[in-house]
Amino acid sequence: MGWISPFKLNQLGMLNMNRRNVDYIARYNSRSSYPLVDNKLKTKLVVAEYNVRTPRLLQVVRQQHEISHFREMAEDLDGFAIKPAKGSGGKGITVITGRDGDEYVKASGSRVSASFLERHLSNILAGLYSLAGTPDVAIVENLVESIPALAKYSFQGVPDIRIVVFQGYPVMAMLRLATTASDGKANLHQGAVGVGLNIANGQSLNSVQFNRPITLHPDTGLALENLVIDNWQEMLVMASRCYEATGLGYMGVDLVVDAREGPLLLELNARPGLAIQMANGRGLLPRLRQIEALRRPHFTPEERAAFAMATFTSQT
Amino acid sequence: MTNRSRIPFFFAILLLIAAGISIAIWRHVELGIPWFTGEQKPVWMVEARVDFDGTGRPVLASLNIPDQPPGFRIISEQAASPGYGFSIVEESGDRRAEWSKRDVNGPQTLYFKVQLVPDDTALGSIPKRRPKPEPVFWEEPQATAVEELLQQAAERSSTPESMTRELIKLLQPDGGAQNTTLLVSEANYIDLLTRMLNHAGIPARTADGLSLEDARRRQQLRPFLQIYDGSRWLTFNPRTAEQGLPEHVLLWRQAAVSLLDLVGGDNSDVSFSMLRQTVPALQLAQAQSNENGLGFLSLYQLPIEEQSMFRMLLLLPLGALVVAFMRIVVGIRTSGTFMPILIAVAFVQTTLIPGLIAFISVVAIGLLMRGYLSSLNLLLVSRISALIILVIFITAGLSIAGYQMGFNTGMTVTFFPMVIIAWTIERMSILWEEEGAREVFIQGAGSLFVAVCAFLIMSTPLASHLTFNFPELHFVVLGLIFLMGQYTGYKLSELRRFYPMKVYN
Repeated sequence: MGWISPFKLNQLGMLNMNRRNVDYIARYNSRSSYPLVDNKLKTKLVVAEYNVRTPRLLQVVRQQHEISHFREMAEDLDGFAIKPAKGSGGKGITVITGRDGDEYVKASGSRVSASFLERHLSNILAGLYSLAGTPDVAIVENLVESIPALAKYSFQGVPDIRIVVFQGYPVMAMLRLATTASDGKANLHQGAVGVGLNIANGQSLNSVQFNRPITLHPDTGLALENLVIDNWQEMLVMASRCYEATGLGYMGVDLVVDAREGPLLLELNARPGLAIQMANGRGLLPRLRQIEALRRPHFTPEERAAFAMATFTSQT
Repeated sequence: MTNRSRIPFFFAILLLIAAGISIAIWRHVELGIPWFTGEQKPVWMVEARVDFDGTGRPVLASLNIPDQPPGFRIISEQAASPGYGFSIVEESGDRRAEWSKRDVNGPQTLYFKVQLVPDDTALGSIPKRRPKPEPVFWEEPQATAVEELLQQAAERSSTPESMTRELIKLLQPDGGAQNTTLLVSEANYIDLLTRMLNHAGIPARTADGLSLEDARRRQQLRPFLQIYDGSRWLTFNPRTAEQGLPEHVLLWRQAAVSLLDLVGGDNSDVSFSMLRQTVPALQLAQAQSNENGLGFLSLYQLPIEEQSMFRMLLLLPLGALVVAFMRIVVGIRTSGTFMPILIAVAFVQTTLIPGLIAFISVVAIGLLMRGYLSSLNLLLVSRISALIILVIFITAGLSIAGYQMGFNTGMTVTFFPMVIIAWTIERMSILWEEEGAREVFIQGAGSLFVAVCAFLIMSTPLASHLTFNFPELHFVVLGLIFLMGQYTGYKLSELRRFYPMKVYN
């Protein structure tokens, strides 16, 4: 690994962390909207009003004594996900894909006991994974089963689609595929593969893992070049709608495509990462500036998605 | 849009930084606080020695002492005379040291010491009331001679100063004036000069000066002539008419009529000895800050205990600056935002290498124990509480073990903030479980690196000197931190992180 000159980065329009924080997050994201995205439970409720669907909520564990109900509820379930409502960066999310006798099978294939999950719930309530260490609630959601077309690329975990939405316009997107290194999680800094997606048509562009370009998925060995996301426009509109729901000017929208229910919103992020630029092989800045320069913004999510598809082709 | 809205901000920061620097320069000039440590300044120690013989009666000895002598600043005064009552009295601009004793017999010696710093800005006192020339009466035939001399001097001069110079020249034996022989004798020369000047309407007086030379003893005072020019007293050499005080001459007696008044003693004599010393400039500034109007701005007035606490506290902004720089501009990941500062502060107490060893061993042992705690399935709060107690056990164990093995450095672990260490262990342990050992080492090494950088800066003598003696420099630090808060450029680490983008160029 070598170094790249800051002038070259500037030329590429790479958004960097300091500029993202000062010029975009601090300017376009109002503090009062943060709880909406930092708390997954609130996100679920607020986006539902805007016809954005999320995985079905099975249980909310708010108090220590409610943990005992969890075992009864989980008895009948095959797969579910336990999430801290205020968790960040995928921390504290445990995905159970099935049962093996009394034990639960994690997405990684390892087996855990019910008491492990109860301890995990207790940790979540105590605030171990919450942003400021404050007490939290745990939510138990229906397990998302990805459509086979996408699931085959991912190792174990569910692939998700991150779309950066700026002032309601989807500006950049990538597909995130779990790997062995990422322990079934779709987080890029944990080793997941990021595949840049063309906003215009949902086709794959470049792929990166650990910030390095790759062409094949390291575990499944599948070529990532000619991948296409179905229902692309619908997903862009869905992401665009989250702007109305939360009022956040600069955010990351994480979507999954469920085999039975179609596209679902997994979570929103008020501080989306920068790695999406590497997966796309281009910087965010020119696109963000283009939106900032718009004299007459579009009012409906459909119009904005259409504008983005027309404007942000792979060449720009 | 962005540029316009930031101009007032940058202007305010510029003002902040300029204010910090200019206050510092101002205080450096006014109070003489040195920029660097270890700067030395010359100081004259002058000792007046009064000898007399007691005659069995109560004694009151009153010695005139310097009061705002031009060219010098007094930094300390002290009297040494066993068995005598002593005080410094001041009346109508005449400062006197007074010794008193009921029953005095035989030869007596009294000492009065004063420490002075040469200071070109000290111009001497300005009289509170405007001095008037004293009325002088002359008897014939002197009166005629005086009138004539004064007339000659007045013709050749235009101001009180030039008048004085001309008069002195005329009074010299080779001055060319015939009337001088009638008037001048060696004994009354200086008195005559002052009386003539007063007669001419120029307030004049005699002052006694002391030539300061290193390690001289038994020196006597030399008379100087002073005239009042309307705003302050000017000094002349009564023989050469040279205006101004020669270098290294201390005017001991200025306003007072007598040097020594002695009641109840005989054979009195005053002599002076002097010594050139060097004193740390900082000590000098501290001594002076009490007298100076700017003194209230400094921390020297606080009790020593609070001063030493502030010495430490005022270093923290430097640590914050280092952390801000490392995180914003360089892009080093640390575990906990300001944990490195607290570690750096602990390093200042422990010194670097023992501190590093102690810190790493406490955290490593703590991580091992935390591994066991996580299997106990405890609630978060009680787990952290347990961890704090364990950390205290570990530090106690390390101290005792180190001490028994003969390493005093083991004791230094106690300087680390226990709660912070407990939280560090907790976070590192979770990080280990979630992201693997690699991330723990990156963040741990990042934290330690930043802590060591902060320590290296905070532990330089210059840093603690400047932060404590020029607290206003913290405005500059604050301004720099504000500036960094507006830095939107690439971090150093991002130049590496985004390296693969090179192929898309």
